[in-house]
Amino acid sequence: MSQDREMPMIANVSRRHFLKGLAASSALVVAVRWDPLLAEEEETQYGAAAMPGGWVDNPNVFIHIDADGTVTVVNHRSEMGQGIRTSLVMVAADELGADWDRVRVEQAPANQEKYGNQNTDGSRSMRHWFSPMRRAAAAARSMLEQAAANEWGVPKEECRAGVHLVRHEPSGRELGFGELAGRARELSIPDRESLTLKPDSELRYISRETGMVNGELRDDSARPPAIDGDGIVSGSAVFGGDVIFDDQLFAVVARPPVYGANLKSVDDAEALKVPGVVKVVTIEGADPPAGFEPLGGVAVVAENTWAAIEGRRALSIEWNLEAAGDNARYDTEAYRKALEEAAQSPGKTIRESGNIEEALEKADRRLDATYYMPHMAQAPMEPPVAVVRFKDGKGEAWAPVQHPRATREGVAGKLGLDVEDVTVNVTLLGGGFGRKSKPDFVMEAASVARQFEGRPVRVQWTREDDIQHTYFHANSVDRLEAGLDADGKAIGWLHRTLSPSIGSLFAEDPEHKGGFELGMGFNTMPFDIPAIRLENPKASAHVRIGWFRSVYNLPHAFAIQSFAAEMAEAAGRDHRDYLLELLGPARRIDPATFNDEWNYGEDPERYPINVGRMRAVVERATQEAGWGRELPPGRGLGLAMHHSFVSYTAVVMEVEVQDDGGVIVHRADMAFDCGRQVNPERIRSQLEGACVMGIGIALHSEVTLSEGVVAQDNFHQYHIPRMEHAPREVRVHLVNNDPNAPMGGVGEPGLPPVAPALCNAIYAATGQRIRQLPVADQLAG
Amino acid sequence: MSRSLRVNGTDHEIHSDGETPLLWVLRDELGLKGSKFGCGIGQCGACTVHIDGRAMRSCITPVQEVSAPVTTIEGLATEAGLHPVQEAWIDHNVPQCGYCQSGQVMSAVALLEEEPNPDDERIRRFMSGNLCRCGTYPRIHAAIRAVADGGDA
Repeated sequence: MSQDREMPMIANVSRRHFLKGLAASSALVVAVRWDPLLAEEEETQYGAAAMPGGWVDNPNVFIHIDADGTVTVVNHRSEMGQGIRTSLVMVAADELGADWDRVRVEQAPANQEKYGNQNTDGSRSMRHWFSPMRRAAAAARSMLEQAAANEWGVPKEECRAGVHLVRHEPSGRELGFGELAGRARELSIPDRESLTLKPDSELRYISRETGMVNGELRDDSARPPAIDGDGIVSGSAVFGGDVIFDDQLFAVVARPPVYGANLKSVDDAEALKVPGVVKVVTIEGADPPAGFEPLGGVAVVAENTWAAIEGRRALSIEWNLEAAGDNARYDTEAYRKALEEAAQSPGKTIRESGNIEEALEKADRRLDATYYMPHMAQAPMEPPVAVVRFKDGKGEAWAPVQHPRATREGVAGKLGLDVEDVTVNVTLLGGGFGRKSKPDFVMEAASVARQFEGRPVRVQWTREDDIQHTYFHANSVDRLEAGLDADGKAIGWLHRTLSPSIGSLFAEDPEHKGGFELGMGFNTMPFDIPAIRLENPKASAHVRIGWFRSVYNLPHAFAIQSFAAEMAEAAGRDHRDYLLELLGPARRIDPATFNDEWNYGEDPERYPINVGRMRAVVERATQEAGWGRELPPGRGLGLAMHHSFVSYTAVVMEVEVQDDGGVIVHRADMAFDCGRQVNPERIRSQLEGACVMGIGIALHSEVTLSEGVVAQDNFHQYHIPRMEHAPREVRVHLVNNDPNAPMGGVGEPGLPPVAPALCNAIYAATGQRIRQLPVADQLAG
Repeated sequence: MSRSLRVNGTDHEIHSDGETPLLWVLRDELGLKGSKFGCGIGQCGACTVHIDGRAMRSCITPVQEVSAPVTTIEGLATEAGLHPVQEAWIDHNVPQCGYCQSGQVMSAVALLEEEPNPDDERIRRFMSGNLCRCGTYPRIHAAIRAVADGGDA
């Protein structure tokens, strides 16, 4: 710990730097990690170093070894199904030389100063933490070897760690990790520069292909079992709602139905008659832009969850809708039409090369298409839930959160405490998908807990609360125009994108997408076309807009990859061949030349826009899918490719459209390049899951509003995929497992190309082009 | 007023109001938290338990209507170990976030008890009442298939 490098707190970066980033219209986060040892370096920081809190590789922070040999690895990233509790621990165990059966994981509380960045978002956990975690483990291994050398009075060079022990090579003497732990702990931490990482040939867990591979269960006795597998299948794993104390109170909250409305009056007489209801209290909300603040409303506090739910039903509330202004007139159908209209006129130019007017003018053929993607709710299976206790001047929270730091700050704010006086315990997340990046629900619990000092209070969101009051995925209109020459070759590309910005959550509505939003597949569009203009006309926000898995990549990929297929069709060309031609030759593009200075926070030299990798996934997916093969009537193959979170995905879907308009996905082939693959088994599962979620985005999921109120309230109205909608077969083809390839994201990049691939397949099967999502009943009749 | 409820082989005196859904009795009163709250209207299956051996949605089952023994995910394993379905879930590494999986497992067990060797379509139909937002359906299907085919039994 003595070598802890100074890691200054960058307070409230989620908001302050976000705004700065918006103002600069470039980076989401431009925080620079200040480090006295590197103070002379003034270069821009990228990757983990650029995140608030940066990285930490101190072995004493992450690895503890008991005298009995038990190795505890601290996982400081949130587990929401991506498998980070297994994968990151695997990295540490492998580099350390620990025996998996003697490794356990401990979940870190929120403490950015100690652990570095914990914001589990942006598909960053492994790509930012693989190296620091390996260094921490290598340092711990080196300390164990030194402790053994000291014990035996021999040079350290003669001592080597094996599996859970250190051996003196010349004499064959051995000491277990547990026997050495006490003495190793007292040693100083070796210099980072002196550490030697294991060569790949000595790794036992990292990058090993095990488990389920495209439907086949591999014989894999060496596979480390998933950390939480036993607990999950036997019901003992602890999610947010599973933290229950004896003296706990249970609350549900009635929130304003329209964003910006507030409480006019409440009559709680009937609610208080419900057996088990203890009290009805109000929660203060923030006016828009609400940021992570709660919406406010009325909390019914009870002795059990059901009483709270029943009590809320019995409330009589009058809301002040006037306070919501325009939001109370928000109608998504009218909004879509208004955006489609606005898409007819030029908007703010984001990127331009060549002369688009001239190109379209001289084109042999012109195409014009407008695409729409609706609002969606993340709808994790575990609705938001949190327990907060305010006692003796301290706050403690137990919550399933993606952003522990923002949660800690938010709870501290609500309790009127310093951040240091608040502990946030991160439970397992029953799904996140961006919803749980916002700690508003924990802040609600804090607001109620403050009124019940000494007692833990749980705020439970119902599914209705979740679907009606989430931070919605931005709806989006994308209009594209293209000009083709007489040979069908693209000579002009005009794309206008219109969406409310997440920036509207934190500041006066910017009405334009921010740099990080455009950088999600819009200005990074790689096609090799002589004349290109990209524009972003205005669009305003009327609900809370927030991150949804892969975010703005979804509409951008849907529009661009659908339109590319339409162009191929117009040119009379095979879609794959045409897509490869649009991509052009393999080359590395500096994102800055596309006016993208964000690049997912990564170094543009290490992470250029790599067209060669795009071509490779397109070629692999189509090859594996048997592109071009004969299909029975009613079936079609569809292709799409997208690059996001510095990874590359191509998808081929084989669908059947039935007479009643029902869609069966027979097979999906997904080619995926995320650079080095640390835990291929979990990469596959993420891609399989993205495929299913993407089918839901294409076919079913839509949130609509009328007069500012969400029309759907539960899964009978807001549809997400069920097993019957899942592909009969999903095959994930991992490409480019080069240990030196820069590591990309995994959790999100599988998702964006799924919906356009599916819609392209529907076109191939039926000749019907889907431009508005979801498909819903568009194919019926 | 209290009532008696047999859960996982143990009799309990229940004090919750009779209208209270079984789910909240299990979770808030008995501390059996493996059954999850997902929708409250019987649409997602996260709360699935067995009542008299049949898969039921505990979130819409008032406790006063439960007269037969209840089995929850906590009661599935025996002294001999995990249920074959639980084993298959681990072998296939089915769970991602895991929140829906106790309900998925309870539905799968009920299906296989009703029909030890269901065809693929039957699996899909039966399991379509259980939502999984992570999209683990292909592996759920494969795990059930494996148990049905005797691979993991």
